[in-house]
Amino acid sequence: MKLESKIPEGPLGEKWTKHKFNLKLVNPANKRKYDVIVVGTGLAGASAAASLAELGYNVKAFCFQDSPRRAHSIAAQGGINAAKNYQNDGDSVYRLFYDTIKGGDYRSREGNVHRLAEVSVNIIDQCVAQGVPFAREYGGLLSNRSFGGAQVSRTFYARGQTGQQLLLGAYSALNRQIANGKVEMHNRTEMLDLVMVDGKARGIITRHLITGKIEAHSAHAVLVCTGGYGNVFFLSTNAKGSNVTAAWRAHKKGAFFGNPCFTQIHPTCIPVSGDHQSKLTLMSESLRNDGRVWVPKNAKPGLKAMEAAGIPESERDYFLERKYPSFGNLVPRDVASRNAKYVCDEGRGVGSGLAVFLDFADAIKRDGEKTIEAKYGNLFDMYKQITGDNPYKGPMMIYPAVHYTMGGLWVDYNLMTNVPGLYALGEANFSDHGANRLGASALMQGLADGYFVIPYTIGDYLAGMSYEKISTDRPEFKEAMENVNGRVGKLLGIKGKKTVDQLHRELGLTMWDYCGMSRTEEGLKTAKKKIQELRAEFWENVNVVGGSGELNQELEKAGRVADFMELGELMVDDALNRSESCGGHFREESQTPEGEAKRKDDEFSYVSAWEYKGDNQQEVLHKEELIFENVKLTQRSYK
Amino acid sequence: MKITLKVWRQKDKNSKGAFKTYPIDDVSQDMSFLEMIDVLNESLVKKGEEPIAFDHDCREGICGMCSLYINGRPHGPLQTTTCQLHMRSFKDGETITVEPWRAKPFPIVKDLVVDRSSFDRIQQAGGYVSVNTGGVPDANEIPIPKRIADEAFDSATCIGCGACVAACKNASAMLFVSAKVSQFAMLPQGQVERKTRVEKMVAQMDEEGFGACTNTKACEAECPKEIKITNIARMNREYFAAMMSSTNV
Repeated sequence: MKLESKIPEGPLGEKWTKHKFNLKLVNPANKRKYDVIVVGTGLAGASAAASLAELGYNVKAFCFQDSPRRAHSIAAQGGINAAKNYQNDGDSVYRLFYDTIKGGDYRSREGNVHRLAEVSVNIIDQCVAQGVPFAREYGGLLSNRSFGGAQVSRTFYARGQTGQQLLLGAYSALNRQIANGKVEMHNRTEMLDLVMVDGKARGIITRHLITGKIEAHSAHAVLVCTGGYGNVFFLSTNAKGSNVTAAWRAHKKGAFFGNPCFTQIHPTCIPVSGDHQSKLTLMSESLRNDGRVWVPKNAKPGLKAMEAAGIPESERDYFLERKYPSFGNLVPRDVASRNAKYVCDEGRGVGSGLAVFLDFADAIKRDGEKTIEAKYGNLFDMYKQITGDNPYKGPMMIYPAVHYTMGGLWVDYNLMTNVPGLYALGEANFSDHGANRLGASALMQGLADGYFVIPYTIGDYLAGMSYEKISTDRPEFKEAMENVNGRVGKLLGIKGKKTVDQLHRELGLTMWDYCGMSRTEEGLKTAKKKIQELRAEFWENVNVVGGSGELNQELEKAGRVADFMELGELMVDDALNRSESCGGHFREESQTPEGEAKRKDDEFSYVSAWEYKGDNQQEVLHKEELIFENVKLTQRSYK
Repeated sequence: MKITLKVWRQKDKNSKGAFKTYPIDDVSQDMSFLEMIDVLNESLVKKGEEPIAFDHDCREGICGMCSLYINGRPHGPLQTTTCQLHMRSFKDGETITVEPWRAKPFPIVKDLVVDRSSFDRIQQAGGYVSVNTGGVPDANEIPIPKRIADEAFDSATCIGCGACVAACKNASAMLFVSAKVSQFAMLPQGQVERKTRVEKMVAQMDEEGFGACTNTKACEAECPKEIKITNIARMNREYFAAMMSSTNV
């Protein structure tokens, strides 16, 4: 099967404009005849549901949380990029495009990324119109900052709560459509299967998390907007409920999974405090604008934050500033993370040994405590709350943690998977960030997909479809419901000895050790075997207490972990296949003499798209060649 | 640390609930409150017992999903969310009482989980600026004085957890509603629907069965996002002004 990316012909800057014109339209009066299912209500899902409902489509939206406002987009702190060039510092659509392609280590599509940069400016306008309270200057205009290695100030922000404010904006637009009767909202409802009819995605099977009721929903198209799969690592910055289930079930129904091994490890997270740790907390990367990262030149095991001031300058190693003089502490996330790992591997880590300092002493001396508090007050408070240490008095301790997954369902330029009628938006798709996502680009992509891409592209598909609704009494729905019921029954019936969390933790450790910040062929092969054994153990030895017809949080977790057990192996397969280093994927076998990541463009300039072949079968790799017509591939250098 | 947990257990909405006591050894001071319950739950599952159901998601104090009435206070002894509360805030040997939010418009679903969908319905009644996607002016065509933007932001930080309602002896939702009303009343984008918004949101709030403000400021004292009670004063002003001059609702 050849993967058609459907990138339009023509000059880069004209592709999207031309494509929009060439897309078929659905007559305004006919839009109400089409039903669209949107799974997930984060930035991508809520913006898509609201925008499609505004156009006139009937939308059914689903979220597993008790309210759509709680989707994990809400936790994004730093900001959202847009090529507004309000700061007159040389930014442009082309520069944002170029930075994103380069930052992604040349493993994303030129066409998609340029479109993302183009619509970025519309997103800011839209959010401001909704009443999103972005940070402003005294003259009343919007404020920007430089973020995560960008050399222009193009990041819009709302203190350290940008994700929250953008999501509440999208939530408000969604609420308006719920009130209008154009969106039927299903809270506390989880998608457990995709239903295919005549080779097209025509519905989903859900479980209501309070009543346990399994239900079928039919539609003309299904949008999976369910975020990333970082929780495969057990410990990550994702919310506890974040999961791959909707995307994975779609994958098992035929949708290819793109670049599963591309995960982003974020450098500035609060280190693990003990075995009880349930999740990791990210400290916004904006902290690296003023904080300096260092460890002692000579190992000082157990060094505490409050003792840091006693270490003279001459005995400190500001390792990012030393190795990368031009970018310093603002090198991209993968570079910062890997270097933190290296100094800790050398035994120079502080605290537990798996931590480095992020020090604000110089910034406080330069700008005063008040200025620093105005910029980062809530982050400093959060740090103090969690660790008990005061970051105004001593440095923070940070360590990398899994944060974002660039991989996801393979989609074409229209955001449609290879399954007709099935779309994937936001972090759930693989499309725009290549092998590494730049800071403040996740919010941009989620909202770009939902507000400004899908409203155009879905019409092209629906215009070619009959209005006819299909009944959920059809055998395809009945069969899918039986499968879901069967699986629920199976999970409850195992009655083994290990808890879901125990098995999940074991999976997470294996993934972190072998498929984390740095990977080797040997380690990955070990991981593959371990995951297979763990998966077998899961289905024999998991203990899920409680019943199915009630709120049963253990059952919810069990279903999600069962899917992670399968996804984990695919991530390892993908990492094994890609024997180059690129972006967040670092294969130790492929590095430059200075120890930097070395890409192999002649061999791996493609998207890996994996096809599911059945339980415990080896998945099959399909390749979509990446064609670069506008940018010259260079080795990333942040020296 | 050793802790004794006295927890409200209730099978479902219609069953009668009761407190159940669980002793827990080996609690670390660095655990979050929810991690302490995770540890207890894992031990319950190992014994074949049903774990305690509680709402939570982001565990970084922003999604508003976690709740819990701890020792008689929403989100416990600190002015934060329960997920950001750590065991170092408690004493060794302490007995901690954990209840769900107690308010009629938040019916109990199971154990410590309550139904807060009334909050969504209030937002649906008018908590938005009616703009469609596309066709909006350039972002910098709407200059907003920094002071106003900052104040609107302070109101906008509400996470919709419901602690204000749980803290109030009248189960009033006025802090929650007024935060959204204030955000839009202050911003130029909110002016067009300023009057109808407050009327509709207050009407829905009343319909859901939330009580009136007691003026005791319990909500402000417990709000993890430090939403100020001045929002309620503003909402009252907005509401009366709308009543005098609007023909809507």
